[in-house]
Amino acid sequence: MVAIPHKKLRLAALLLLLLIVFMLDIAIGSIKIPLRQVFRSIFSLPGENTIGQYIIEKIRIPKAFTAVLAGCGLSVSGLQMQTLFRNPLADPSVLGITAGASLGVAMIMLAGGSIATLDTIKELGISGSWLIIGAACMGAAGIMLLVVSISGSLSDNVMMLIVGIMISTITLSIISIWQYFSAPELIKDYLLWTFGSLGGVTGNQLYILALAVVAGLIISFLSSKLLDALLLGENYARSMGLTTQRARVIIICSTSLLAGSITAFCGPIGFIGIAVPHMARSLFNTSSHRILIPGCCLIGTLLMLSCDIIAHMPGSQTVLPINIITALVGAPAVIWIILRRNNIRGY
Amino acid sequence: MNHNWPLLQTTNLVAGYSSGPKKIIPIAGPLAVDIHAGQLICLLGPNGSGKSTLLKTLAGLQPSLEGTIKIAGSDVHKLKPAQLAQKISLVLTDSVRNSNLTAYSLIALGRYPYSNWLGVLREADKAVITRAIGAAQIENLANRKIATLSDGESQKVMLARALAQDTPLMMLDEPTAHLDLPSRIQLMRLLHQLARQTNKGILVSTHELDLALQVADQVWLLQAGGLLSKGAPEDLVLNGTFEAVFDKEGILFDKTTGAFNIHTGNSTLIGLTGEGAPAFWTKRALQRQGFVVTTTGDPSVRILEEAGRTSWVLEFKGQLHKHESIASLLTGVNSMVEQGL
Repeated sequence: MVAIPHKKLRLAALLLLLLIVFMLDIAIGSIKIPLRQVFRSIFSLPGENTIGQYIIEKIRIPKAFTAVLAGCGLSVSGLQMQTLFRNPLADPSVLGITAGASLGVAMIMLAGGSIATLDTIKELGISGSWLIIGAACMGAAGIMLLVVSISGSLSDNVMMLIVGIMISTITLSIISIWQYFSAPELIKDYLLWTFGSLGGVTGNQLYILALAVVAGLIISFLSSKLLDALLLGENYARSMGLTTQRARVIIICSTSLLAGSITAFCGPIGFIGIAVPHMARSLFNTSSHRILIPGCCLIGTLLMLSCDIIAHMPGSQTVLPINIITALVGAPAVIWIILRRNNIRGY
Repeated sequence: MNHNWPLLQTTNLVAGYSSGPKKIIPIAGPLAVDIHAGQLICLLGPNGSGKSTLLKTLAGLQPSLEGTIKIAGSDVHKLKPAQLAQKISLVLTDSVRNSNLTAYSLIALGRYPYSNWLGVLREADKAVITRAIGAAQIENLANRKIATLSDGESQKVMLARALAQDTPLMMLDEPTAHLDLPSRIQLMRLLHQLARQTNKGILVSTHELDLALQVADQVWLLQAGGLLSKGAPEDLVLNGTFEAVFDKEGILFDKTTGAFNIHTGNSTLIGLTGEGAPAFWTKRALQRQGFVVTTTGDPSVRILEEAGRTSWVLEFKGQLHKHESIASLLTGVNSMVEQGL
C-alpha cells in the first residue's frame, strides 16, 4: 500500500491547482482585477476598489460558479452514459440528449415568436428560467427515454450509438426546419445560445442551476454502485442482483437533469462530457464510480475554468464562445493523456 | 436427509424465447432436472441446441415459457433480484474485456449482493475475495487490467468473481471456449475440485466432450429437438445415448474409446493385430487413411516387437512387406491401394 500517499499527493495538487484556476478565472477578463483583491473578496475581507468589488460579486463569481457547475455536471453525465452504454464514445450530445435540450429551448425561443424572445425570458426572471430549464429538461428526458427504450431491443453497443446519432440528427433537423421558418432576429438569439456562454447565469438563475446540478450529482453518486455493476454489462449486473430497468431509469433521470439544466442555462457545451471521464480514469487509474464521480467533478471543473480563462483571451477585449474552446483545449488534452499514460481501455 | 434436497429443481420447464409479441419459440423441454450440492454437471449439445438459453432460463436471467424452477424450495421468479444473486452466480460469454477494471476490482464486484449502498467492502468481504482469488489460483493476476489478460486468464478471473459471490449454485456458459488445451483441462479440473471441496452445485455448458466425460458427475445431453437425456456420463456411453445422439449429426462416437471418429471410412477393410500403444496409434493412422480397421482381413497388418524395436508387417495376397515406421507402412499401404487392391 505504498501507492496511497502518492494518490493523496496527486489529489492535493489537483485541489491546489483548482483553487488557483478559480482565482485566475475571477481575476481575468476585459477588466483585469488584481489577485490580491480577488482573494479579499472571496474570503469577505474589506476591499479597496468598489467597482472591482461589484464586478467580482455580480459577474465574475457567478460566472466562475457556473463554470464549476457545468464542469461537474457535464463530465459526470458523460461518465454515466459511457458506463450505461459501455461505450467510450458516448456522451450526452452523441445520444441526442443535448439535441433534445436544444429542441426544448428552440421551441420556447422560436415558436414563441414575439412574446418569448430571449429578452422577454430574461425579463420574466425566475419564471422565465423555469420555463427554459423545464423545456430543456423535458426535451432532454424525452429524447433520452426514446434512446433507452430502443436500447432495450438492441444488444450491440455500436448499433446503440448509431441509433443515438440518428435520433440526434433527426432532432437537429427539426430545429433546422423551425429555424428556416423563423424570423432572423429569433434565429440570431437561438444561434447565440448555441455558442454556449457561462456568463448569462446570474442571481436566482444560478441558484436554480445549482439546485438542479447538485440534485443530479447526488443521484449520480448514490447510484455509483449500480454504475459499477453495469461495467460488466446487463446480464452480469442482473446476475449480481441489479434491477436493470430501475437502474436505467435512475441514470437517465440524473443525466437528463444534469445535461438538460446545463444546456438550458449555458447552451450546448460539447466535449467536456466525453473527455473528462477518460482523463479521470487515467489519472485516478480506477473504474470505481465512487472515486470516478468526484474525480470527474474535480477534473471537469478544472478544465471548464481553464477553458473559460482561455476564452477570455487574457490581455484582449474579445471573448470567444466557450463551446469552441472546450473542444480546442480538450481534444489535445485527451490525445496527450492517451499517448503519455496509455492506461485507458474503453469505459 | 436435508443434504439430499436439490439446490435447484425444475418441473415441466420449457425454455425458449419470444421473438415479437406473438411468436414464441420453445428451445428445450419440457424438462425435469435437478442439481444437488457437490455435483458437477456438464451440459452438452451441438451448437444452436439451446444450451445458453436453457442456462439463462435456469439462472432466472430470462423467463421460462412453461413450468417452474425452484431454488432451495422457492420459485426463481418470485425471489427478489438481490436474494437470487445470493443463490446463483454466473460466468457468461459476454465480453468484459473492454472495461478499465483491474482483475481485483472485477472480482470485488462479486460482493455486490452483500455490500452496502455505496459498494464499500468490509473486512469480511475482502476475506471472501482473497479466498476466491486463491481458489481460482490467480494471485499473480489481481493487479492486472482485464484488457491485458489472455483468454484463459480472464476466464479464471470471471470464475473468481463468481466464487466471490459465494453462492451455493454456480453456472458457467461455455467457459472453455477460446482456451487452449492446457487451460481447458486446468479449468475443468478446477471446477471438479470446487464442486468437491466447496460443496457447490456447478452446471457447465461445454463442447469438451472428452473432458466432460472425465470430470462430470452428471451429463445433460441436449439435442436439437429440445430433448434432454441425463445421467452419469458412463451410463450414457454404455446405453448408447451418445452414439444415438451424435449419429443423427453424421458423426461416429466410438463407445470403446469415448472419442469421436472424425474420419469417414472408404469402407475398405484392413486387419490389424498387435497390442498396446503401437496398436492404438497404428489404428489411428490407418483410420486417417480411410480404412475401416478390423481384427482380421486381407490386407492385414501385424505388429512385431523384437528386442525393443517395433516393426509392421503388411500382408496382401500372400506377399509380405516389413516396415520400420508408421510413415513407411502408410506409403506401402497407399501404393497397394493405387495398384487397385
